[in-house]
Amino acid sequence: MSSNTTTATTPRQWRKAPFIANPWLRWGLLIGFAIYAAWAITTLPFDWARISEGMERAARIFGGAFPPNFDRGGLLLKGFLESLQIAILSTLLGLALSVPIAFMAARNIAPLPIYLLGRILIIVARSFHPVIVAILFVKAVGFGPVAGILTLTIYSIGFVAKMLAERIEEIDWGQVEALRSTGTGTFTVLQFGVLPQIMPRQIGLSIYQLDSNLRASAVVGIVGAGGIGSTLMNAFGRYDYDFALAITLVIIAVILVSEAISGRIRKNIW
Amino acid sequence: MKQSVADRAWSRHTGRQRWVRFASLLAVAAAAGWSLTSIDIIWPWVWDAPAQIGDLFKRMVPPDVSAIRAITWALIETLNIATIATFFAVFLSLPVAYISAQNTTPNRATLWLGRFILVSSRSVNTLIWALLFVAIFGPGVLAGIVAIMFRSLGFLGKLMGEAIEEIDRRPVEALEATGASRAKVILYAIVPQVVPTFFAVSILRWDINLRESTVLGLVGAGGIGVILQGAIDMLDWRTVATILLAIIVLVIAGEALAAWLRKKVI
Amino acid sequence: MLRISRLVKRYGNGEPVLKDLDLEVPGESVVSIIGASGAGKSTLLRCINRLVEPTSGSILLNDLELTTLKRENLRKARRRIGMIFQGFNLVDRLTVMENVQCGRLGYIPYWRAALRRYPAEDIERAFQLMERVGIAHYANKRADELSGGERQRVGVVRALMQDPDILLADEPTASLDPVTSRQIMELLQRLANELHLPVLINIHNVSEAKEFTQRIVGMRFGRIIFDGKPDDLDQDAMDSVYSGTSEDKKASAPDTDKVAT
Ligand SMILES: Nc1ncnc2c1ncn2[C@@H]1O[C@H](COP(=O)(O)OP(=O)(O)OP(=O)(O)O)[C@@H](O)[C@H]1O
Ligand SMILES: [Mg+2]
Repeated sequence: MSSNTTTATTPRQWRKAPFIANPWLRWGLLIGFAIYAAWAITTLPFDWARISEGMERAARIFGGAFPPNFDRGGLLLKGFLESLQIAILSTLLGLALSVPIAFMAARNIAPLPIYLLGRILIIVARSFHPVIVAILFVKAVGFGPVAGILTLTIYSIGFVAKMLAERIEEIDWGQVEALRSTGTGTFTVLQFGVLPQIMPRQIGLSIYQLDSNLRASAVVGIVGAGGIGSTLMNAFGRYDYDFALAITLVIIAVILVSEAISGRIRKNIW
Repeated sequence: MKQSVADRAWSRHTGRQRWVRFASLLAVAAAAGWSLTSIDIIWPWVWDAPAQIGDLFKRMVPPDVSAIRAITWALIETLNIATIATFFAVFLSLPVAYISAQNTTPNRATLWLGRFILVSSRSVNTLIWALLFVAIFGPGVLAGIVAIMFRSLGFLGKLMGEAIEEIDRRPVEALEATGASRAKVILYAIVPQVVPTFFAVSILRWDINLRESTVLGLVGAGGIGVILQGAIDMLDWRTVATILLAIIVLVIAGEALAAWLRKKVI
Repeated sequence: MLRISRLVKRYGNGEPVLKDLDLEVPGESVVSIIGASGAGKSTLLRCINRLVEPTSGSILLNDLELTTLKRENLRKARRRIGMIFQGFNLVDRLTVMENVQCGRLGYIPYWRAALRRYPAEDIERAFQLMERVGIAHYANKRADELSGGERQRVGVVRALMQDPDILLADEPTASLDPVTSRQIMELLQRLANELHLPVLINIHNVSEAKEFTQRIVGMRFGRIIFDGKPDDLDQDAMDSVYSGTSEDKKASAPDTDKVAT
């Protein structure tokens, strides 16, 4: 067979249709993005002297960090246990508060004003990074685990209440109607008509949240809200890089283990 | 109908399940008890906390908007940190995803290298990365960008690697059979299949990075966190309130933009 | 001209799937390969373009030994072997034209592939072939928007774009409805004649095999136990191809005498 088949007609053209059909929009977006990128990069204060100095500093830090120093294991363990306590208490508190807030924020259950209030609570809880919340609580109630617990409680509400509210909005309404028709009171309806339906999701969410809170507790500690993060911050502040590395390694190990456990449990439940 | 619901409730409490429930409850109670009794808390402070928090709120109203120019600029800087860092992290994550996907990695060694990069990036929080890079590069935006890049790399690489592992192998095989080189097979059989995930994951991470960029400043790594920390240190609570409102606006706008982009692209 | 001799393939340490298989296909003939599931039909085709590594034996295509080729040379050889798949194996998210041009990937430079700037003669040829099979008006449609029959036509054109010396088709019609299935078989038969191509087709539909091909090869347990004209495939031959266990293949071994083509 030959590919140079002769044809009378001129060869036909073919071009791939561009991703955005309108050329103005396409080039406009492209140029706009290029200008933004160029401008954004020029706003960066690149100080090459500082960066090359930084390389030396990096060498010093890593030199000081190896080998990791586990001598103060007691302090490490204490910090870690405190993180665990913060995670457990904030998860329980967060779950307890999430249930009513989720009902408030479920459009099919709550009247409009209450629904809006519930949604606003959730949005506010979700918008702030836990570290910002932590810094405020540290100012309000002082350094230590209390600030951490309060922070992670809010963090839990932001996630659990949101997911739970979505689950409530998609429940099977038939069971609820059936209970209502027998003249049962509102709370009994919730207890027998709604709770059984959302329970599996609730348990899965709780375990997920415990895992998340354990991770987050390591972070909020950096701004003084207790737990292993505070231990890490102190070590860093005192230039104890080898102890800091030891702490970081423990944090990584704990996170991996807790992720594996929570993944296993959730797989069995769902 | 009521009967059937009651039946369900009843069946949940029989046999082995009842024991599992009981044991779980007991475990939860024990954990709570242990935490409550052994945690290092000064209880009078706890009882005082609501009053303190209320007091703090009172000092925040009305918000003071006199620093709005500085705040706006800090918001833009925050946005830039998130966008630039996401942009570079996306490119860096592609090769990492490629070597950490079981069906594309060249060999065992590269697979483990890829997994090592993903795990170390993912298990260290952005703020901890930021601490490290502030120590290296000094305080400023650069440390923040690098920190966010390091953290995003693992997230993006993991999700994109999973997308690569889930591709349909058959077109790949077909193109290999045409005698196309490895690079062309990637271009024509793998890339088109992972592009939707690629965009979805990048947009998702950009949204997350925007939130994370708001706190980088608390460890000196640039963005709006820097002036937040400054205002808190000055006990200038009414400016703090303005900054907090600004952050809410930024985050919600970012979420809306991300949702819109996702719909457009996919 | 394809000449396979003493071809053996075993997966892992198991029983060989192809056992000392010999087969010769002269140019311009359409050969259908029939056999029960697991007989080794797909394995045989895949050994030819090395999607599966043969364990031992020799495969000569136009006097080029395929079994020992490495990397660059293997790719060069593969460019001249077109393959059509049961599941079409198109890239769903690419347009029909891009899918068709995949057949040229082995020939064009990387930048052309990346920028979709295909050579003018490739585009012209793609249009000619697509017109030939009746899908030219779909050039800009995404592959996953087509029906099964149309998708298989794209698959056929992709293989033909390679400018192949031989066409391998692994159950090309098994995922299609009876009418479309006949259309594709007819198309393959015609194209083989027009382009003077040898075509090997794995197929389960014996009546289609008889109707559209001049030669039928029956495989069982990794051996060829029937090889002849469609008319020679009588009930006895059918029974020996499609029934029995691994043991009584020895009993029917004399059948292989027929192989002397
Ligand atoms: N990748 C593989 N690894 C191990 N064994 C395989 C592999 N591919 C095929 N086999 C085995 O080889 C034997 C022949 O398979 P093959 O796919 O060639 O059969 P086939 O004749 O094409 O069957 P079908 O008509 O169902 O497509 C089967 O027993 C199969 O289990
Ligand atoms: Mg097969």
